[in-house]
Amino acid sequence: MRLGRSGRAGVFAALMLVCVAPGRMCAAGQWAAPPSSSASSIPTSMLLQPEELNHLLQTPGAEKPLVLQVGSHVLFDESHIPRSEYAGPGSQDAGAQVLRNRVAKLPRKTFIVLYCGCCPWNRCPNVGPAYKLLLDMGFTRVKVLYLADNFGADWVNKGFPVESGH
Amino acid sequence: MDTRTNRAAWELGWGPWIFLVAFLAASVALASAQSAPPARNLLNQPAPNFTRQDLHGHALRLAAFRGKVVLLNFWATWCAPCQVEMPVFATWQRQYGPQGFAVIGISMDDDAAAARQLVQRLKLDYPVAMGDARLGLRYGGVLGLPLSFLLDRNGVVRARFQGETDVKEMENQMRALIAEPSQKK
Repeated sequence: MRLGRSGRAGVFAALMLVCVAPGRMCAAGQWAAPPSSSASSIPTSMLLQPEELNHLLQTPGAEKPLVLQVGSHVLFDESHIPRSEYAGPGSQDAGAQVLRNRVAKLPRKTFIVLYCGCCPWNRCPNVGPAYKLLLDMGFTRVKVLYLADNFGADWVNKGFPVESGH
Repeated sequence: MDTRTNRAAWELGWGPWIFLVAFLAASVALASAQSAPPARNLLNQPAPNFTRQDLHGHALRLAAFRGKVVLLNFWATWCAPCQVEMPVFATWQRQYGPQGFAVIGISMDDDAAAARQLVQRLKLDYPVAMGDARLGLRYGGVLGLPLSFLLDRNGVVRARFQGETDVKEMENQMRALIAEPSQKK
């Protein structure tokens, strides 16, 4: 099949669109998250909005979830949700092992909330694999905190409580 | 401590001290878990200076770049949009470097080896150093990547870019700063 100049330009544009589509990246062949584990693959019903989680954490007597940060340790040290724990970057094998070890002995009905906030939601490489790992381990009450842009913009700058340090 | 011990402690003059220590401990606990202030706005403020070792072991001091327009870019290996931008920044470094422009990369990775590997793979020829929470907090909180600052020739922050950025817009602002004369103070 022969393509004219405009046809070739169209194909190039289509390829570029595929390359920069949410959850994928083709530049220099660096990284391409499998769709099954991208943040966008998490069902909407499993997401928790920042306001909802904050309300849950602030309400006396409400069941408190185990809150796990599955992103960057440096960003966790800067700022994190009070009483949340660092559980390794979900996109890396070492991180997955930290998470696996942390929850291994917990009852499978434990209420767990995962969050990251390293990058815009559809670019986050961590929450998807971490969520899938917990489901594969048999956990039935896992929610993921929806941070549209990042932890700073969607949690810290909204005035929700934070802690810093380890 | 039972009631008798408590009373004895108070009579010995320890009571106010025990109260003070408990009060201080509670204050520290509260201070570490309070609502965060909004990220410090660095626009039109001098960029916080820092000295680090770059990934080659050379000293990297921000103040040494005074007189140049600087693009200070916080990134990480797990950040997909960062990896789209960084090769563009390397091109700018080559293209605009002779006009007094410099890129400085700060990796927010936990592991320098991973950062070094990516720098080599992307063939980045500008200085890159490892960041940490302390440096992030000095820049108003690096709580999402990518995050970049454009500094003018006087070391003043003139623009902040968070998240996926229109690099064309960034380039326009950078070129405008290059065209500005330096104000020696």
